[in-house]
Amino acid sequence: MEGKQTIMRRSTLAAVAVVGSASLLLSACSKADDKSDNNGSKSAGANAATKDVVNASTQKGGTVTYEYSDVPDSFDPGNTYYAYMYNLSRLYARPLMTFKPGAGESGNELVPDLASAPGEPSDGGKTWTYKLRPGLKYEDGTPITAKDVKYAVERSNFARDVLSLGPSYFQQFLEGGDKYKGPYKDKSDKGISSIQTPDDNTIVFKLNRAFQEFDYLVATPQTAPVPKAKDTGVDYVKKIVSSGSYKFESYQEGKEAVLVRNENWDAKTDPLRKQYPDKVVVKLKVNAETIDQDVMAGKAIDLGGTGVQAATQAKVVNSSDQKANTDNTYGGRLVYMAINTKLAPFDKVECRKAVEFAVNKVSVQTALGGPIRGDIASTVLPPDIPGYQKSDLYATPGNKGDVAKAKEQLKACGKTSIDTNISARSDRPAEIDAATAIIDSLKKVGINASLKQFPSGKYFTDAAGVPKFNKKQNIGLHMMQWGADWPSGYGFLQQILHSDAIGDSGNTNLSQLDNKDVDSLLEKAIASQDQGERDGLYAEIDKKAMEEAALVPLTYFKVLLYRPAGFTNLVSTAAFSGQYDYLNIGTTKK
Amino acid sequence: MISYILRRTLAAVILLLVVTAVTFAIFFLLPRLAGQTADQLAQQYIGKSPTQADIEAVKQNLGLDQPVYVQYWDFIKGIVSGATYDLGPTTAHCSAPCFGYSFKTHVEVWPQLTDRLPVTVSLAAGAAVLWLVGGVTAGVISALKPRSFADRTFMGIALAGVSLPMFFTGQLALFLFTFQWPIFGREYVPFTENPSQWANTLFPAWCSLALLYSAIYARLTRSGMLETMNEDFIRSARAKGLRERKVVVRHGLRAALTPIITVFGMDLGLLLGGAVITETVFSLHGIGEYAVQSIRDNDLPPILGVTLLAAFFVVLANFLVDLLYAAADPRVRIS
Repeated sequence: MEGKQTIMRRSTLAAVAVVGSASLLLSACSKADDKSDNNGSKSAGANAATKDVVNASTQKGGTVTYEYSDVPDSFDPGNTYYAYMYNLSRLYARPLMTFKPGAGESGNELVPDLASAPGEPSDGGKTWTYKLRPGLKYEDGTPITAKDVKYAVERSNFARDVLSLGPSYFQQFLEGGDKYKGPYKDKSDKGISSIQTPDDNTIVFKLNRAFQEFDYLVATPQTAPVPKAKDTGVDYVKKIVSSGSYKFESYQEGKEAVLVRNENWDAKTDPLRKQYPDKVVVKLKVNAETIDQDVMAGKAIDLGGTGVQAATQAKVVNSSDQKANTDNTYGGRLVYMAINTKLAPFDKVECRKAVEFAVNKVSVQTALGGPIRGDIASTVLPPDIPGYQKSDLYATPGNKGDVAKAKEQLKACGKTSIDTNISARSDRPAEIDAATAIIDSLKKVGINASLKQFPSGKYFTDAAGVPKFNKKQNIGLHMMQWGADWPSGYGFLQQILHSDAIGDSGNTNLSQLDNKDVDSLLEKAIASQDQGERDGLYAEIDKKAMEEAALVPLTYFKVLLYRPAGFTNLVSTAAFSGQYDYLNIGTTKK
Repeated sequence: MISYILRRTLAAVILLLVVTAVTFAIFFLLPRLAGQTADQLAQQYIGKSPTQADIEAVKQNLGLDQPVYVQYWDFIKGIVSGATYDLGPTTAHCSAPCFGYSFKTHVEVWPQLTDRLPVTVSLAAGAAVLWLVGGVTAGVISALKPRSFADRTFMGIALAGVSLPMFFTGQLALFLFTFQWPIFGREYVPFTENPSQWANTLFPAWCSLALLYSAIYARLTRSGMLETMNEDFIRSARAKGLRERKVVVRHGLRAALTPIITVFGMDLGLLLGGAVITETVFSLHGIGEYAVQSIRDNDLPPILGVTLLAAFFVVLANFLVDLLYAAADPRVRIS
């Protein structure tokens, strides 16, 4: 997932940005540092939720409120691609598998949800069979069957003319996925033949290639069951039929969703959900500064989970008491600059290496918000993604760049200077600042880069993601952020390094790296049954990409969450980009 | 009178058509002229890694495969006679006035507009009352006692009000009156549900907005009144022995009101199209917030809907202003 935990093609609202700036002034008016948290209770300490569950409790009742400064793509589990919606949707939509609530990387553990056990692979990993738990029911008391899971996958992956916002991995990996027209056009009851349901409790997926991480794919909300008779396509979001522990009491597009207990959810069929609060309220389009105030007052949880605003950050990091209520952890994302390997002179590896050595990563880190917003990176995989191995192929003194080595590489490339352009998203101020810092670094070695800005919404479809455009505009460098679709090397690397990800438009392999070794290593990894071997291969791919100098890793992105008082079972999980796991958050307030 | 209204209505319809055409051209025609293909346009509304078949399907569903003039015609036709949309397993008829479905969220636009309009109207109307009363009163007092302490104080506040941007005053009001001293509510409550709660929630937003606008009105009133109070007819009124209050209100203020009414009509009309920053700061789900979201998503149907609604309010406000002229100034006759 690109950018802010997801594809995030939405730009940051300029008005909100200026509001944020204004609040920096206002923060000076705020009262002096409080002792402990705002509710007077003793803090569990800084980063406590990244190590264990904070405020563990089985207390029931009350209302848990989430606030979000934007609107999600959709509450429809078959039409969403945001990490926080993957996280939240599990309250009303149970996928076949999910992530076990756990601190940090222990949260990456997959456990069966709707399924009674992990998928049973056969045919070398090309066929996956799941058995559903017995006694599963929808909110209306009707039984959940394997056919409903099949239908959910069909509607979410094969009707992209109307449900277009989610990923389409099943379409890519299912046998005959390229031919099936989808349940809305194919009116027969048969559906896609590569998903079979021999009985009401068994579902079999037949893939076009061996895929050993298929359990991750079925952990997306796209496998949460949808009863065909109740599916209204685009309008389904208005009346989602719950299979989880909560159901919709009300839904107002772009404003608010209220969830209440699902009486037909049976705890015996669900070892994960505890159904603690009576009600869950999700408020949308709440001023970002207001969210921070509410979070610090123990009134709400920030749904987006990217962390506090700049003004609040300045306030909390300078107060030891308030800092004790924060969780600062990796967000499963890499901030990097892709080097266009198809554009001269960067088609020569030496020219790319000159860029690698030239960049002062400390100044970039400062521009991105300092160490609290990310550690300096030297690999493609971030430390919280399996497969990461510490390495620094282009180490420079103090990470401040090495002009001599950069010039040496430039000379080897047959150049004394290069004129190029660098693309960045106009509505991401930190990205612009980072690009400006890079331009300064590059200038010192004779690489003259000019900044070209494009709005987020068009970055991939019209600008950086369009190879012809880049060639025409001489854009050799691209600012980029990337997070894994699922926490594995393949989930992270495939979309940014595999040649299959290069397209005429909407390209996410911004380096346009077309390397046979990288491609075959990725294919080999995903076909391997041994996780240890897979992780080893991911590390090898990482190294290979760095040898090719396809991108300059800048920082391993970190979130800074403020842990609101009064909420129970808070645990920051690597599975959802460092967000709190929303499955069992309760409240001590009535 | 009837022919006047008919002529104005016809002019308004033509103006609104021009507004929609220009908006449509800005968002759809200009990118095409700049080399953007229909495929690229469609890709903005699909998730990651779409296949060519996905792109074709989206193009067809959103009508992006049609020439721009056909798309525009379909849009106008929808407003007048409604349209039918493919929702997936079923189709839905969108009754007139149909502004279509959002390209991004696939939610019908018109209900979103009508749902959000009361919030924007509440915000604009409350603020308008405050700034009109406050601004005009300050302007009159300043004009009657020029260079006095009151004049300098009011004009000083006016200068500050017009200088401070909304995102600052709004944020400050929010911080002080809802977080630091929680006197006012934060969650918008419809007027029909609880009028006092409605006013309580909106008051900080009204004040912030009114501070900005009343500054302009205070200065306008002051300069208008200063000029009017030196006119011969004011001297005549005083010579007739009229009470000073009557001279000021009936003769002075009434004559100075004409430019104020003009500006007020424009301001109110524009605000009804959405107070973007105020709604964002105070988390009000109004038209302005919807407009911002739509622009961010490059979501044409809501953008057109909001633009048309805003233009309608400006046209309507101007029409009402013309009618009010006649009431304020006996020399003006509508014909």
